[in-house]
Amino acid sequence: MAAEPMIDVRDLVQRIGGQEILRGFSLPVMRGETLVLLGRSGGGKSVFLRHLIGLMKPISGRILVEGEDITGYSERQLEAVRRKVGMVFQDGALFDSMTVAENVAFPLRERGERDGAVVARKVNETLALVNMTGHEHKMPVNLSGGMRKRVALARAIVSPPEVILYDEPTAGLDPIVSDSINRLIRRMQRQLHVTSIVVTHDMVSCYHVADRVALLNAGRVYFYGTVEELKQSRDPVIRDFVDGRSDEAD
Amino acid sequence: MNLLLALGAAFQAFCTYLGQLGELASETVRSVFAGRVRLGLTLQQISHIGFGSQMVVIVTGMFTGAVFTAQTFFQFARLNMESAVGPVISVAMCRELGPVLTGLMVAGRVGAAMSAELGTMKVTQQIDALRALAVHPVDYLVVPRALAMLVSVPLLVGECIFFGILASYLVATQVLGVGSSYFLMNMYKFTEAEDIFMGVIKGFIFAVIIVLISCREGLHARDGAVGVGRATTEAVVICSLAVLISNFFLTMFLNIFFPAGV
Repeated sequence: MAAEPMIDVRDLVQRIGGQEILRGFSLPVMRGETLVLLGRSGGGKSVFLRHLIGLMKPISGRILVEGEDITGYSERQLEAVRRKVGMVFQDGALFDSMTVAENVAFPLRERGERDGAVVARKVNETLALVNMTGHEHKMPVNLSGGMRKRVALARAIVSPPEVILYDEPTAGLDPIVSDSINRLIRRMQRQLHVTSIVVTHDMVSCYHVADRVALLNAGRVYFYGTVEELKQSRDPVIRDFVDGRSDEAD
Repeated sequence: MNLLLALGAAFQAFCTYLGQLGELASETVRSVFAGRVRLGLTLQQISHIGFGSQMVVIVTGMFTGAVFTAQTFFQFARLNMESAVGPVISVAMCRELGPVLTGLMVAGRVGAAMSAELGTMKVTQQIDALRALAVHPVDYLVVPRALAMLVSVPLLVGECIFFGILASYLVATQVLGVGSSYFLMNMYKFTEAEDIFMGVIKGFIFAVIIVLISCREGLHARDGAVGVGRATTEAVVICSLAVLISNFFLTMFLNIFFPAGV
């Protein structure tokens, strides 16, 4: 018997400003794997990610997390699901009134940890995991883009989640910082055995972190398979995306 | 036809707005009764709203009391009723000027700050980050502000009334030559506890109006920095208008329970 997907998205439809962004989008995500969702900018990748933790409600379709249909859940009902999921937002979405350490400690405190020593130890361990030791007292405004993403990742994993969602983790970063973020995503999977969904249009990142790849095109999953299958595909839509070719003339 | 359609759309938008305020109020009340109150954040907000607004409220109350005393004195002097200045000022400060001036000052200072802070958090996805971390934005952002406003605004109203009357007393007795005992005796004679209750009740209601409108504007901000600016402006304008309009209806309604001049 085939294993049940950890997350199963079925026939998702979403419309924003009169434009249909997702048109029957279906995608299974298996437990423990890193799935990379590729697609063009503005194609609905981030919109899809936001549906997984109820930040957006679909017009139709279903989202199942560990077999539980969360589509119609209220904000309060979603809290239990959200405790299992960590999300790394594109710009980090760090709380700008808090220091780095306070940002990372936030989920611990909100989940009832009152012992200051325990909080400090976990914060230090997690910041070390993302190579951010020594930046505890900085404010988010004083961090570079890559550092913000590392702190956002630390905040997402400090209270260990079962799933991590990455929204464009390497967007706007130089190749070296991008590489360190990619290695970090891999390390999270090895050390924490989490299921990861990475939304990106960065092929280098995709090849580095993916166990499985899906390509979003025209609101639907156009391709779903392994990295090798993606590389070997001769489909023109896939090749254009993978090779970074537009159909515009010079 | 177009005018009718425009009026219909405006009415629909108004009803939607009231619905959103009602929803926010109900979520806030449910959150408080479910015990999801963060004491530390509430105290921090009390310090920011209550302590931080004192100077502006005191100065506003004092100078309004002072100028109102001078104008009342100039008119009453023509009727040889100078000693009636005290009760006129004290009743006006308790029933109307204290709560309304405090409401307007708090709307400008605190309402703007609330909508700007929440609006910035909204457009920079910090509110989504809160939700993603399983923290309800109403629990974390609205409840502490609402409780702090309910504690602070009635106290600020009391402060505004006190300093308004104090300034009135000083101007009347030290500048305009009204006898101190006449001023005080007439003030005590015509000012009732009901006048003070009325001011405090208005303070509570203005606190609710300001916090709901400001938080609603912040939580619905969009379109980046422009949207935050728009939300802040709208919060101040709508809060100020709501304070002034609701004050009229509150006066008429509360006068049934606390009739003036009886």
